[in-house]
Order: sequence, then C-alpha cells, then structure tokens
Amino acid sequence: MTNHVLSLRGVTKRFGGLVAVNGMDFDVAEHEVVGLLGPNGSGKSTTLNLVSGALPLTSGNITLWGSRISGLPAQTINRKGVSRTFQLVRLLPSMNVRENVIVGAVFGHRRRWGHDASEHADHLLERVGLGGKGDMSLGQLTYIDTKRVELARTLASDPKVLLLDEWLAGLNPTELQIGITLIKSLRDEGRTIILVEHVMDAIRSLCDRCVVMAAGTKIAEGTPTQVLSDKEVIRAYLGDDDA
Amino acid sequence: MRNLILAALAFGICALLPFGDNGYWLGLGVTIAMFTTLATSWALFSGPTHYISLATAAFFGVGTYVTGLGIDTLPFWSLVGLAGLIGAVLAALVGLATLRLSGVYFVIFTLGLAELVRQVITWVQNNTGQKGLYVLTDLDEAGIYWWLLGLAAAVFLTGWLIGRSRLGFALRIIGDDETVAAHSGINTARAKILLFMVPGAVAAMTGAILAPRYVYIEPSLAFAPILSFQVVIMALLGGASRLWGPLVGVIPFTFLLETVSSNFPNQTTLVIGIAFLVIVYLLPNGFVGLLDRVLRRTKANEVQ
Repeated sequence: MTNHVLSLRGVTKRFGGLVAVNGMDFDVAEHEVVGLLGPNGSGKSTTLNLVSGALPLTSGNITLWGSRISGLPAQTINRKGVSRTFQLVRLLPSMNVRENVIVGAVFGHRRRWGHDASEHADHLLERVGLGGKGDMSLGQLTYIDTKRVELARTLASDPKVLLLDEWLAGLNPTELQIGITLIKSLRDEGRTIILVEHVMDAIRSLCDRCVVMAAGTKIAEGTPTQVLSDKEVIRAYLGDDDA
Repeated sequence: MRNLILAALAFGICALLPFGDNGYWLGLGVTIAMFTTLATSWALFSGPTHYISLATAAFFGVGTYVTGLGIDTLPFWSLVGLAGLIGAVLAALVGLATLRLSGVYFVIFTLGLAELVRQVITWVQNNTGQKGLYVLTDLDEAGIYWWLLGLAAAVFLTGWLIGRSRLGFALRIIGDDETVAAHSGINTARAKILLFMVPGAVAAMTGAILAPRYVYIEPSLAFAPILSFQVVIMALLGGASRLWGPLVGVIPFTFLLETVSSNFPNQTTLVIGIAFLVIVYLLPNGFVGLLDRVLRRTKANEVQ
C-alpha cells in the first residue's frame, strides 16, 4: 500500500437478480496505466461507472488516496479528481468546441473561470490536436475530433485519475494510430489512467498492467503479455476448445 | 456596457407612460409589464433547463394573498419583499421535492401545486366563514405600473448577471446533458433549485404588487391556472433562449389577447389554444429562433 491512487475492495453491483460486478479488487498506482479488459457484458463499463459515481455500489468500497469515494455523488467524485469520458461520446450540442472544453474546467477538481478557463481550453485543444478549432460548432467535427473534444474536457480539471471508456472504439485504422499516440502522450506526462478497451494493439502498447473481467469477476491480472496468454483469459474470450 | 445603457434608456422611456395616458394605454402597460416580468423570470429557469414550470399561478397567488392579509398592518413595500421571500422559500421546497423528477412529472407537479394551494386557502376560508379579502390602498394604476417596471428592471439585471455567472453556465450544461454536468463537478440539484427560486420569488412579488388592482381577491382569481399557461406561451412565442426573447412574445400576444377579449370575449381560450399550436408547429424556438435562422442564412449567403 505504498502509493495507490485508487483502490477497489469487494466492489459489487447488482441489478435486481443480475450481478454485473462481483467482488472486484484491484489497485491503481500513481502514473500507472491500467487496462480493464473482458468480453462484452463482463462488467467493465459498469465498474467504471461505479468508480465515477454514475451508479451507486451495492457493496464494497472504493478509495482515492485512502479516502473513501464510493457512495458519493458523481459531482463530488469529479471534484476530488476523477474525470471520465463516456462510451458513447457525450458533448453539449448548444455550445461550440471551446465551450465544451471549458465545461470541464469550471466546476471540477481544479477550477478556472473567465479568460483563464478559455485560455486553458485553447491550450488543451492544441494538446489533443484541435488547435484553432475552438470556434467551430460540433456539427463540423469528424468522429475522432468529437472524441478529442471530450478528452480535452476531461483533462480540463487537471484530474488525478482519468477514466477512458472505450475511447478508441469505432476509429478507422489511421485514426486508431493517431488515437494511440495521443493516449501514449498522456501516459508519458505521468497521468494515472484506467482504460476500458477492446483494441489489442492499444492494450499492448499503452497498458502497464491489465485487469481482466469475465461475468463480473476478475479472472486475471498482470502485464499485457501475461494476461493475454493466460488460459482463463483465452477461455473467456474464445471458449474451451482454444484454451 | 452599451447594452446596459440602452436598456436603462428604454426603461426610462417606458416609465414616462403614465404622464401621457392614464386610462386604456396605461392599463395595457400594466398588463405588458406584468407579463414581461413573469415571462422573463420564467425563462431564466425554464429556458436553459427545458423544465416547463406551470407553477407561476401558485407563486403569483401566494403573493396576492400576502398583500391581501398584510395590507392593514404593514407598509406596501415590505409586503412586496415578504412575498418575494415566501415565494423563494416555497420554490426551494418545491424544487427539493420535484427537481429530481424530470420532464412530464415536473410539469404535472407544478400545475398541481397551484391547485393545491388554492384548495387549501379555500378550505381555510370555508372553515373561518370568510369569503374573500378586500385590498384597499391609495396606490393607483400609475403606482402599480412603476412598481412592476422596477421589478422588470431587476429581473433583467438579475438575468444578465446570471448569464455571465458560473451558475448560468452550469444551467446551460444541465439543459444540454445532465449526466455530463454531474461528471463535470456540477451539483445539479443545487444549481436547479437556486435558479428555480428566482421565478418563484418574482411571481410572488408580481402578485403582491398587483393585488391592489384587483381590490377584492379570492382563490379562484388569485390562483387562476390560465396565468401559468399564458406565461409559458408568451415566453415560448418570443423565445426562451435569450434574455430579451420573452419580451418579444409578450407585447404582440398582449395586444392579440386584448383585441380578442374585447371583440370576442367568449373565444379567448380558443385563441390561446390556437396560438399554442402555431408556436409548436411553426415557431418551435420562438421569434428568437426565427431571427437566428434568418441571420444564419444571410451570413451563409454572404460567404458564398
């Protein structure tokens, strides 16, 4: 327990009779990029929703720097320094690109307002590769650019932990390379990131460590190479014959 | 800054109306000032959040009763303040109870609220044997007009300040996507309740100011649900996305209602209904939306 930023202990989520997440335990160290993997419906996104406060836990607890964040509303968790993107990009249609990024800067972990926030937003847009596009409306953006705007918004509050929910999903091969490079640059800045991801290339090149889930339970944990050759993991993805 | 000076100038000119005419036009001026105040404050909350509130009549009625009950013991100005305070507290309570609800549930609850308060007052009156209240003051039509104008100016100033504040920005985000708002660190419930208190207070103050005009008040008059609908229609006709939007709806609609109710007194409700259909079908974003569309098109033509 030296420098764990985020710890999950016995985290469980039940939807009626369905146990979506069952007793998850794992830790995330500072400057670490942890991949959360698993077949569809294994509870990855639900786990992320529990961390960000989008859903309440059924039992267990989650701590950020040793203080409990489970049970707190999403806005409080965000203010404590956990920021996220959404599986389906969520931007604010009535605002332009710059305003969409400012949204993340005004009320979150580190707060800015007015000219300061606007400058910070422009700086972040530059950072994610959208320099000079601040005045555009959302309708003028390509798919990957909308993802960039959302990423810039989550970065705008200087979060301690970044949660990326399938940020690379749906990109074409060229965009995917751009996307991986972008996330890698965040990693090189020393950010702490949990990413839910399906793209194997991304997992190999980005993650320090992976946690693999199947049917709501953790089935493996280790470096990408370790978990991707793990028998349980192969069985979960491909069935018994290939294990 | 220029806008502020222009607005102050416009209010100054409006304030001269009672010196020009003391009868028909002043009466119309009072109606316009009343609906401007109500519709503008309504749009401050409902514009960005898209929560349609039908509680105007409830707050308005409470305001008239504050004046009705207190006029013999307290000075008029303190009653207006008191009504604002009670309106704000009532709005906060309603907000706590309902703003977690969304969409249609909120609409129904606010509509029911006016009816609830009206029934409670009627019940109290039936049990005490009292039927209505006389409000007798030396405040004349011009006085009422100036009070309303002052309140309208305060509403515009408040709206302008909110629009530049973090609270105003938070409300726009909530209106677009409440999930994103919460995940950006916004206490959505608190922001909504705070802003809902503004139209609550303003409607109660408007009611308090107008009570002397009615002379005799009773529940069915003070809490008439039609008021809530008129405010919504006027605000939507003008456009709730801009501060000055509702004003653009209030003026033509007041003239329309005036003409209809003097020529066809039995068809007033019909006109309101038709106006509502026209707005929904032809002007979903009001005159403001229409203007924006025209401006965008001319701009696009220039580019070509």
